[in-house]
Amino acid sequence: MKFQSFLIKYAEIGIKGKNRYLFEDALIRQIKFALKDVEGSFNVTKATGRIYVNAESDYDYEEVMEALKRVFGIAWICPVVQLADEGFEVLKEKVLEYIDNVYENKNFTFKVESRRSRKNYPMVSQEINMELGAAILDAFEGTKVDVHHPEVLLRIEVREQFINVYSKEIQGPGGMPIGTNGKAMLLLSGGIDSPVAGYMIAKRGVTIEATYFHAPPYTSERAKQKVVDLAKLVAKYSGPIKLNIVNFTDIQLYIYEKCPHDELTIIMRRYMMKIAEHLAKESGAIGLITGESIGQVASQTLQSLAATNEVCTLPVYRPLIGFDKQEIVEIAEKINTYETSIQPYEDCCTIFVAKHPVTKPNINVIKASEQRLNERIEELMKIAIETVEVIECK
Amino acid sequence: MEAYLDNSSTTKVYKEAVEKMQEAMEVEYGNPSSLHKKGVIAEEYVKEAKKVIANTLKVQEKEIYFTSGGTESNNLAIIGTALANKRAGMHIITSSIEHPSVTNPMEYLKEQGFTITYLPVDKKGCILLDKLEEAMTEDTILVSIMQVNNEIGSVQPLEEISAIIKKKNPKAFFHVDGIQGYGKYVIRPKKMGIDLYSVSGHKIHGPKGVGFLYVNEKVKIKPILFGGGQQKGLRSGTENIPGISGLCVASKKAYEQFESKIKHLYELREYFTEQLLQLEGVFINGMEEGKGAPHIVSASFDGVRSEVLLHSLEEREIYVSAGSACSSNKPSISQTLTAIGVKKEHLDGTIRFSFSHLTTKEELEYTIEVLKQLLPMLRKYRRM
Repeated sequence: MKFQSFLIKYAEIGIKGKNRYLFEDALIRQIKFALKDVEGSFNVTKATGRIYVNAESDYDYEEVMEALKRVFGIAWICPVVQLADEGFEVLKEKVLEYIDNVYENKNFTFKVESRRSRKNYPMVSQEINMELGAAILDAFEGTKVDVHHPEVLLRIEVREQFINVYSKEIQGPGGMPIGTNGKAMLLLSGGIDSPVAGYMIAKRGVTIEATYFHAPPYTSERAKQKVVDLAKLVAKYSGPIKLNIVNFTDIQLYIYEKCPHDELTIIMRRYMMKIAEHLAKESGAIGLITGESIGQVASQTLQSLAATNEVCTLPVYRPLIGFDKQEIVEIAEKINTYETSIQPYEDCCTIFVAKHPVTKPNINVIKASEQRLNERIEELMKIAIETVEVIECK
Repeated sequence: MEAYLDNSSTTKVYKEAVEKMQEAMEVEYGNPSSLHKKGVIAEEYVKEAKKVIANTLKVQEKEIYFTSGGTESNNLAIIGTALANKRAGMHIITSSIEHPSVTNPMEYLKEQGFTITYLPVDKKGCILLDKLEEAMTEDTILVSIMQVNNEIGSVQPLEEISAIIKKKNPKAFFHVDGIQGYGKYVIRPKKMGIDLYSVSGHKIHGPKGVGFLYVNEKVKIKPILFGGGQQKGLRSGTENIPGISGLCVASKKAYEQFESKIKHLYELREYFTEQLLQLEGVFINGMEEGKGAPHIVSASFDGVRSEVLLHSLEEREIYVSAGSACSSNKPSISQTLTAIGVKKEHLDGTIRFSFSHLTTKEELEYTIEVLKQLLPMLRKYRRM
């Protein structure tokens, strides 16, 4: 069966009142962006409160679906058959052909629901429903009408140009269109969690920028490439991600030299947050995102989270905070970042891990340790920020 | 200054080889199986390469088969010989320090019902000859031993090995993985009792994606690739003419001014190991001076992780390998280093420096200077 059009249904946008058009326009923009590299030519239009993706050439159904399933804001995708009005008998024939093609198993309950925006059509909706319903019952023995809870809801829309026939709804990713909820800075490592965290916040319509800390020669060029690859995978959903790569080696070694080793990770993370916040403010991001989840590692106990949080003035969003590892892995697999995340390159959080790091850091003790960095830390942070390498990931 | 000390991973291609390859791609691009003139000319390239290569080994031209490189040569030699001779026996012997392109075909054959014996090695990385003698049985059809180990440069006594094989079971064939040995040693398969010998192009300043296998005419061997029946049916597939012409040039040049090149390599190795041993906390793995391969130095560094040292050297344009480069994309403990009994704390701190005759003493002096600066710094920030 050839579908000429896809009807895009959106959930939450519908309730946004007077701002609704902003969300719809953003959704159209994101759909166009997602279809940019898909083979074929498409026209994305808004008509009577709905968005249609019309195919203007041949296309590959699976490829279009894959692309649309990555656009946040889409609740459901309905593949639509568009028919020219060649009289009701032809319509009936085409509808039967549609059912025959789309449903392999013809034992189902159904209901026909028609609407006419072209009011001069010779039959009223009620008549269309009854006539087509009867034709389907005649043609396919296993079908039954159920007007309350049909398994198949067949919709017929008589419009000015043509008649739309559809019944399938394919679930989209939900969420809200990118670009409708401001920008936030993701602290991206090579691990499993942070790409998922970025995905989840992007799903709420937030534009994502990212910061990665690398520590050559302790981390390799490949570890960095892995993070670029992850950013590109998340970008398939979130749109292009500007990735800031901060050289963290000197700061890390300085902390190693001056501070108690069991506090290294906490202190290091506090400086990472400070640098990420600085970069966020520079580029107009109004929040930070991390992949932390309570208790997963020593630096993610409530006390540790409080200690790292304490250096930030921007809100820090931690969408995975209550997730178990397995739940995070499932999302990572779904969004295709898992395979890349588990490549075994070291990131800068693991190179100087103490055997027994503090798990309940006291902020005052940590601050006292940081006093030992007074001499050079400001200068080192300044250098790290000035030498940031930026990679556009898309 | 740049110092490329990773020649056992791959080498720079000779300019002459590149020119010949370009000619084979742009001018004489025929298919040797074609009946017309273009095909005949392309076939000439293959014949010429066989002649040149056969001459470096003093074997017959018809005993040379072109492959896609070292891995395929080893696979063909091992699997092809095993399958062709399984009626005579199902037992194969190899060593515990072979390259994965030998051990993995062995493991595959094990699944097919063959019995594989892995010979142990001594601290220098040499197989224990008495163990070989013990392992040989009536049922043994193949012995596969590498000539030069790719990680530590240990060299196996091929003639002694073949003497033991012929004494214990004259029907068994002897395959040698010569990927790190060809061009560094004079090989006379007929005299040395080697029945199959694997070579890779890109380890000898030739192109990647091409290699050859010498197969003594008396060896019973079956193909592992099936197709158009090229190369007497043993290796189907249109011959890689550009690759083969590049390999031809590289093989020829490998044995030109051979003695002076090898002398140069030994001098480099001697100088470099001497200098390394003067540094604190550095240990050399493998064979002592004058015995190991001329182009490989494996060194373990106290209190330094090889990956960190590798990247630090890289920042200063010195390129080396940690353990064995061919398998370092999946960090695992090196079998070879474990087999020769390298201390546990050194397994993670071992670097391979490998030279070519193009390597200069200045590059090594520079490397030693850099190591002198780096080692104290890296040791200061030890992992906890």
